[in-house]
Amino acid sequence: MQRIGVFVCWCGSNIAGTVDVEKVASSVAGEPGVVFTTNYQYMCSEGGQGMIRRAIKEHGLTGIVVCSCSPRMHEATFRKTAQAAGLNPYMVEIANIREQCSWIHKDKDEGTEKAVILAKAAIAKLNLNKPLTAGESNVTKRALVIGGGIAGIQTALDIADAGYEVDIVEKSPTIGGRMAQLDKTFPTLDCAACILTPKMVDAAASDKINLYTYSEVEAVSGFVGNFKVKIKKKPRYVNSELCSGCGVCTEKCPSRKAPNEFNMGLNNRGAIYIPFAQAIPNVPVIDPEQCIKLKTGKCGLCEKNCTAKAIDFTQKEEIIEREYGAIVAATGYRPISLENFDEFGYAHNKDVITSLELERLMNAAGPTKGVLLRPSDGEHPHEIVFIQCVGSRDTSGCGKPYCSKICCMYTAKHAMMIRDKYPDTKVHVFYIDVRTPGKNFDEFYRRAVEEYGVDYIKGMVGKVAEKDGKLLVQGSDLISNEQVHIEADLVVLAAAIEPDPSVRNIATMLTASIDTNNFLTEAHPKLRPVESPTAGVFLSGVCQGPKDIPETVAQASAAAAKVIGLLSKDKLTGNPCVAHSDELLCNGCSQCACVCPYGAIDYIDKEVNDHGKREVRRIASVNEAVCQGCGACTVTCPSGAMDLKGFTTRQIMAEVDAICR
Amino acid sequence: MQVNDTNKEFRPLIVAFCCNWCSYAGADLAGSSRLSYPADVKIIRVPCSCRVNPMFILRAFQRGADGVIIAGCHPGDCHYTSGNYFARRRMTLLFSMLDYLGIERERTRVEWISAAEGAKFSATMNEFAETISRLGENRRLEDLRCKE
Ligand SMILES: Cc1cc2nc3c(=O)[nH]c(=O)nc-3n(C[C@H](O)[C@H](O)[C@H](O)COP(=O)(O)OP(=O)(O)OC[C@H]3O[C@@H](n4cnc5c(N)ncnc54)[C@H](O)[C@@H]3O)c2cc1C
Ligand code: SF4
Ligand code: SF4
Repeated sequence: MQRIGVFVCWCGSNIAGTVDVEKVASSVAGEPGVVFTTNYQYMCSEGGQGMIRRAIKEHGLTGIVVCSCSPRMHEATFRKTAQAAGLNPYMVEIANIREQCSWIHKDKDEGTEKAVILAKAAIAKLNLNKPLTAGESNVTKRALVIGGGIAGIQTALDIADAGYEVDIVEKSPTIGGRMAQLDKTFPTLDCAACILTPKMVDAAASDKINLYTYSEVEAVSGFVGNFKVKIKKKPRYVNSELCSGCGVCTEKCPSRKAPNEFNMGLNNRGAIYIPFAQAIPNVPVIDPEQCIKLKTGKCGLCEKNCTAKAIDFTQKEEIIEREYGAIVAATGYRPISLENFDEFGYAHNKDVITSLELERLMNAAGPTKGVLLRPSDGEHPHEIVFIQCVGSRDTSGCGKPYCSKICCMYTAKHAMMIRDKYPDTKVHVFYIDVRTPGKNFDEFYRRAVEEYGVDYIKGMVGKVAEKDGKLLVQGSDLISNEQVHIEADLVVLAAAIEPDPSVRNIATMLTASIDTNNFLTEAHPKLRPVESPTAGVFLSGVCQGPKDIPETVAQASAAAAKVIGLLSKDKLTGNPCVAHSDELLCNGCSQCACVCPYGAIDYIDKEVNDHGKREVRRIASVNEAVCQGCGACTVTCPSGAMDLKGFTTRQIMAEVDAICR
Repeated sequence: MQVNDTNKEFRPLIVAFCCNWCSYAGADLAGSSRLSYPADVKIIRVPCSCRVNPMFILRAFQRGADGVIIAGCHPGDCHYTSGNYFARRRMTLLFSMLDYLGIERERTRVEWISAAEGAKFSATMNEFAETISRLGENRRLEDLRCKE
C-alpha cells in the first residue's frame, strides 16, 4: 500500500478564489493510501517545496499528489522536490485544478467539486505508480546541418568554433543560399557577396566542417544524441579531387538551353555549369537532363577540353551513412509562384519581374552585368512601378495569410538603389502598409522617401496591362482617393516567400512539425524559439518563419549554442515512460512493431519461465532509448502484453473509475 | 455515479482524453484565456491520442459516463507523427460498434485541437456538453456493470 500525501495549492487567489482548497484537502483525506493532506498558498515556492520535503520525511510518504497548475507548468519542479526528499521522481502526480478548473469555472461549489474529483483521479493513478528510472544514452559528438544558406553556414561555423565536427548537407551544387543571389543588403547597403563569401570560404576551410553539396538527406532514424542519417550524394559527373575549377568546360558546352537558376531564369546556362563565380565548392556539375553525352552518348566536349581529366560520366549516386548527436534544419525559402496573380501579367510579360529577379538585374555578376535593362528589349527603364505584398497578407486564398516581413525593406532598398544609380528614373511604390520595425529600418525607409524622392502610393494595383510596349499600371491611391494610371517600363513584384517545399519531407523524416504555412514549428513560440518539439532537432533561418539576414544570423547562432550545449554532454538521460511488453503474455505476433513510428520494437528469442514451464519464445523487446512513449503499440497488442510505463492501462482505467465513480 | 434526482437538473458526466502535446495544452490555453466550459468535463491526460484504448471508453460508459471525447493533434501534426491516424481508425471502428450496441453516435467524438486552439477547445467542450445534456443520461452499458 502506498503512503500518499496530497498538497493542495492556492496559487494565491488563482485557485483559492474559485476552489475551496481546504475542502479539497479534507475531502480526499479518506481516499485509499492517503495519509496526509494539506494546503498552502504557493506550493511551487521555496516554502511550499520545503513543506512537501518535510512531509515526505515526517510521514514516510511513498508518493505525492500536488493539486495545482498544469503539469506542463510545474510537474518537473515537483518531481525534483520529491527527488530531493529521497522519493523516486515518478511517484508524483499532478491534479490540474487551475487551468482546467479554477480558471474556467466561476461557481465555487462547482469548482470545488470538480477539483475533488480531479484530485481523486490523481490519487487513484498514483496508487498504481511504480518508481521509474530513466535509461542513459551516449551522445555522438557531431552535428548535421540541413541547408547551406547563410543560416546553415553560420550555425555550422559556430558549432565548429566550439570544437565539434559538423556536416552541412546542401541540395544545390553550392552553399550560399538566397543571400548569394542578392546585390546589396539593407539597411546598410553593403554588398551581399562581400559579407557572405568570406563565410563560405571559412566553412570550406574549417577542418571541423564537412560539406556535402549537391546532396540530400534520404532517411533519418534514431533519437537525440544518436541519429543515424542516410545522405544521398547526387553524381556531379566531375571528380572534385581532380577539378581545378578553371571553368573551360562550362564555356565549351554546346547545350545552352537550360534556364540559369541562379539568375532566376533571366538567362541560360550550359549543361555543365558552376552556379556563380564564388561558388563553393568551385567544381562544376553536369545537369543530366541537359547533357547531350548523357542523353545520346555523343558530344563529350567538356571531357575533351578538361586538362585535369576531371570529367567522369560514370559517376553514380552515392549513399553515405553517418551518425549525429544533433540535427539543425536550415532549409530556407523560395518566392511563391505567381500563377494565381494573373492581374499583374507576370506570366506573359517579360517586363513584369519579381524582386529577386531585380536583384540579379542589378548585380554586377548578373545577366546584364549590373546595368538595369528591361528583359524584353534591353532598354533602360525610365519609369518603374513596385508592387508590395504580392501574395503576402492575402486572406483570399490565392497567396499567403502571413506578412513576408522582408519585402517593405528590400523594396525601399531597390527603389533607393535605382534612384541613386539612375537619377532620371521615376520610381513608384504601391503599398498596403510600410512595416519597418527594426534597428535603423524606419530611418532607411524615410531616406527613400525624403532623400531619394521615391513616390510611395498607399493603395492596391488592380491590373497591369500591356500597351504599345509600355505597361499600363492601374491602381488606386487610398489617401487622395483617386484612381492612378502609370505608364511604366518595368513592374517589380515583391512576391511573398514560402518555405522550401522539401521541408515537408524533411519534417517527416525528423518527426519535427510544421505549421499550416509549412514553416517548421518551434518547441515554444516564446521560450524555445530555436528548438523543434523533437529532442535534438533545432531550427535556423527562414525555414522557421520569414526573417531578414540579421535575424537569420542571430537565430543561426542561437541554434548553434543549443547544439553545443547538447554535444557537450557525455550522457543523456532518457524518458522512462516507455513501452514494455510482458514476456509471459506476448505471443510474438509482430503487430506492435508495425505501428511503432520509431522502429523501437524488435523481436528476440528468449527463454521464459511460464509458471514453471521453461521454454524459448519469440517475444517483443522495446529499445528504451528509441521508444518515445506514444503508446500506439499498447492499444494494438491483441494479447494485452504491451503496456506503457507511467501511463499503464490500469493507471488510466483507475482514473476513469475515479472520475466516473 | 450520477443520481437521477428529478429535482436536480441533469448534469452529464463527460470524460475527455487529451493528448499531452496538443489538446491538453489547448485545454491549458483555454484555461489561461479564461474560456469557460462546463465543469462536467473531466480531462485525462494521455501521451498521444493513440494511447486511448477502446477499453477505456467502454469502461467509462460502463461506469456511467454520458459522453466520451478524444482530442488529439491535427492530422499531420502528431508529436509522434502518426499516432492520431491510429486513433482515428480505431475510434471509427469502436464508434460504429457502440452505435450497434445502441449508444448514440453523438456520445462519442474525436476532435483535433492544437496547443494554440484554446478557443476551439472551449467551444468544442461547450458544444459537446450541450449535445450530451440534450441526449440525457446514458444507461446502456451501466446495466451491464459487473460488481468487483
Ligand atoms: C528579393 C529579396 C531581397 C532581399 N534582400 C535582403 C536584404 O537586403 N537584407 C536582408 O537582411 N535580407 C534580405 N533578404 C532576405 C534574405 O534572403 C534571407 O533572410 C536569407 O537568405 C535567409 O537565409 P536562410 O539560410 O534561412 O535561407 P536560404 O538563403 O533560402 O538558404 C537555404 C539553403 O538550404 C538549401 N536547402 C533547402 N532545402 C534543402 C534540403 N531539403 N536539403 C538540403 N539543402 C536544402 C537551399 O538550397 C539553400 O541553399 C532578401 C530576400 C529577397 C527575396
Ligand atoms: S510506445 Fe510508441 S514509440 Fe514506444 S515502442 Fe510503443 S509504439 Fe514505439
Ligand atoms: S503486439 Fe503484443 S503480442 Fe504482438 S509482438 Fe507486440 S507485444 Fe507481442
